[in-house]
Parts: sequence; C-alpha cells; structure tokens
Amino acid sequence: MSSKTRIVITGIGLTAPNGNSLQEFRGNLLAGKARIAEIDVRHMGRHPAGVCDFDATKWQKRKELRNGTRVGSISIYCAREALGDSGLVWESVDKSRVGVYLGITEHGNVETENEIHNISQFGFDTKYWTHHHNPRTVANNPAGEVTMNMGITGPHYTIGAACAAGNAGLIQAAQMLQLGEVDLAFAGGVSESIHTFGIFAGFKNQGALGAHVDPTKASRPFDKNRNGIVISEGGAIYVLERLEDAQKRGARIIAEIAGWCINSDATDAVLPNPERQAECVRLALKRAGMRPQDIHIVSTHATATALGDIQECTALREVFTDCPGTYINNTKSFIGHCMGAAGALELAGNLPSFDDGWVHPTINIDELDPECALPGLVINQAVQAPRLEAILNNSFGMLGINSALIVKKYGVA
Amino acid sequence: MTKEDIKQVVLDIIADIAPDEDLSAVKSEVRLRDQLSLDSMDFLDIVMELRKKHGIEVPEADYVQLASLDSCAEYLFPKFQAKGSK
Repeated sequence: MSSKTRIVITGIGLTAPNGNSLQEFRGNLLAGKARIAEIDVRHMGRHPAGVCDFDATKWQKRKELRNGTRVGSISIYCAREALGDSGLVWESVDKSRVGVYLGITEHGNVETENEIHNISQFGFDTKYWTHHHNPRTVANNPAGEVTMNMGITGPHYTIGAACAAGNAGLIQAAQMLQLGEVDLAFAGGVSESIHTFGIFAGFKNQGALGAHVDPTKASRPFDKNRNGIVISEGGAIYVLERLEDAQKRGARIIAEIAGWCINSDATDAVLPNPERQAECVRLALKRAGMRPQDIHIVSTHATATALGDIQECTALREVFTDCPGTYINNTKSFIGHCMGAAGALELAGNLPSFDDGWVHPTINIDELDPECALPGLVINQAVQAPRLEAILNNSFGMLGINSALIVKKYGVA
Repeated sequence: MTKEDIKQVVLDIIADIAPDEDLSAVKSEVRLRDQLSLDSMDFLDIVMELRKKHGIEVPEADYVQLASLDSCAEYLFPKFQAKGSK
C-alpha cells in the first residue's frame, strides 16, 4: 500500500456530556449549551465534571456491564453507533480484516482505586481483591471489549498518548489502513477518567483543577479568569476506510483524513512547548500539502489552564499569520476535558461544519485573556463562514506529546 | 440455615453476577453450567461473594462441589452450620 492511499471517514459514534449522537452534540455546540455537573469524587467532595448519560444497555447485556469497565462500555456504545452510522452491512463484513484502535490518556486507575477501596472494607486483605481486576485493567481493555461485543477478530489495541490520544487513535488507524493491515477500522478516543479521584487530586495539587460556582462555567479556555481543567468522560469512534473501498460499497463519505503529525517536546513533563507545537502543526500541514490559509477551522486543545492556553495561542499565532479565513474554536468550554476522548470528540463536533456552514464558538469567555486574543477566535456565538473545507484538530498531552490532525471535506482538491 | 436456604443464597448470588439469566426454573440437580450461561470467572464470583457476604471459604480443590444447587447445598451446609454455631 502506498502512503498516498487516501483514508476517509464513513461513520461516527459518540457520547459526550452534552450529546449521545453527533446530531445532538452538534446542536448543543451551535446553541452554546454546555453540560457540566457537580459530582461526588471519592475522598475529595464535590467537583465539576462532564458526565455522559448514554444508554449503556442499548448494546450490552447487564452481565457485560458488571464484568467490564466504564470505558469499555463507552467504547462499545460509540463503536456500535459508528457502525450504524456507516451503513455497513455488518453480517457481510470480514471481521478478521477489521481493526480497533482506541486512544487513551490512562487506563486502570478507576478499577485499581475501586479495588483498593473494596479491600479497605476488609482490612486490606487481598483475598477480597477481585479476579476481574486484570482483564479490567490491561491497557487494551476498551478496544478488547469492543472486539468481544462485536465479534471482531482483527487486531485491537489502545494507543496511550495522554490527552493527544484521540488524534493518535485516528492516526494509527489511518496508518494501518494505508499499510493494508486491515480493511476497516474503528478508531478514536475514549475516557472514563471522572471515576478516578487520583486524576482530580493530581490536577488539584498541580493547581490545575477548574472550579466555578456555576459548574457549566467551570471550563473556560481563553477567559482571563480561567482556573483549570474540568475532567470529563466520553468517547468518539470513527469508521475509517480506504477511499476506494468506501467508493466501492457506495458509502456516504463524511470527510477525508488529509494529514497528521505527532511529535514530542522533550522538555518538560507538564509544561507545553509552543515551539514544538508549532512544528507539529507545520509538519501536519506539509504532509497534507496545505498552507495555513487552507485551514478554515482550528479546533484548539486549550484546557483552561493558565499557561497551557497561552502556549497554544503562541504556537498558533506563529503558524496562522495572515489567515483571514481561519476560524478558531474550542470544545472543552462546553464539555470539559474528555481526556483520551478529547481530540476525537472535538473533531467530531466540528465536522458537520462542512455541510452546515457554521463554526461553533468557544463559550464561557466573559473577559478574553489578551494573551489568547487570536484573530479568528469564535467567541460565545456561532458564526457562519463562507468557506469551510478543512479542519486542523490539535491535541496535546503530558510528557510533551503533540498531535495535529487535518481533515478535509471530501471532494475538495 | 437449611439446605433450601443455602440454595437461595447461591441463587441470590447468581442473580447478582448473571443479571440477564432467568433463574425461575433452575433445576437443583442439574449442573448450573448446563442450564445457565456461566463461565469460570462467574464461579470465581460465587466463591468471592460467599467469602464477602457469608465469611465462607471454598478452597480451589472444592470448586467442583459448586456444580449444582444440590451439590452447593450439600457442600456448604456444614460450613454454614459451623458459622452459625460460632
């Protein structure tokens, strides 16, 4: 297979705190509707978080839910919904040629904390530690649960990529399709991180956990008074195929993967490096054969931390000079930070712009931070744009992992 | 606790670990695996729940004794009696 093999998106399934389908999610993004609630976090009291309310029993038996993980359930829901969206006749698909590639920020914290809590009720006697622990916590768990639920016998694994994971899952799938390893891929990112107090405590003690009297305003990237991350759960899984395969079966082509880049800061475990971020974006553009002016929406990663937002703006300001047709938005202002699912969800929420002509805003900006005042930033209200044909989706993560994924409207040169 | 009570204890555990199963017509003398969709992990769950809820230990060598409700009752009866007399 040539690296020039074209890869297209033919199905999307998702669950976000403010939507359990792309249509519902998109509607709320255009309407400016956030959905963040306060939840009880073990040992920590109440904190804002993004909680998904999809019907887990739609695609799973109750026993599967009992034995599996929350993120496995999110993955199954998203994969099944993506399959339905793709129009594939599942019975006639060769399951040995299907791959599952899911990005995760972390996995196993939830299950391990639960078991430690469980045995704490029994004097920390490990004979009460569940035998389900290992299958629940192996790193491939969410992807493996999808294969078991759907009877997929091709490859499956997760891609651990901190908060760049959603993009990384899609990139991995595109590469495997180009290599001919599989003919069809379910790919994206998933997260169950709201169920682990360790993530909350880690961010809180880092001074990076968002809070606000109104939980729906707690996630406020680019606002001068932002105070940190709102942790959320969620998932977005795409059906990816080689263009010729999609055409052969007469699939509805939602968009085309145009280019990508993943690189590393190699500087600090938590502080982002705008120079490397800008390099990442530039290389993705180069691989896509595009100029900055060809990008019409930049879907930012910004998580509402004091420094991280500024660093990303610094990187974008350097790359996107003289780009009057480029709009910039942020999805975390609506749904918080969906961790491993963030990149995949944030891209999904922007994809309908190719058809509806709108750019959803970044909400919760009461006072724009001057250091984040990028030209083209869509603030609080959706805007209509004359031309929307390419999206750059940024996702960055700890240990200095940067990812940029470019998706374009199918049929555009 | 009677042997019938013990069968109900085991059925209650199965209802919890295999919530999709219809337990209304489970035959006491038939192997549970032959009439319900239970795997080895589920039997380990039964062992764990007996331990957690009732303080009953079932050594690995005795797992075979949990094959049917009847064999469960026969095997667990003296264990529950011993617990009750303490």
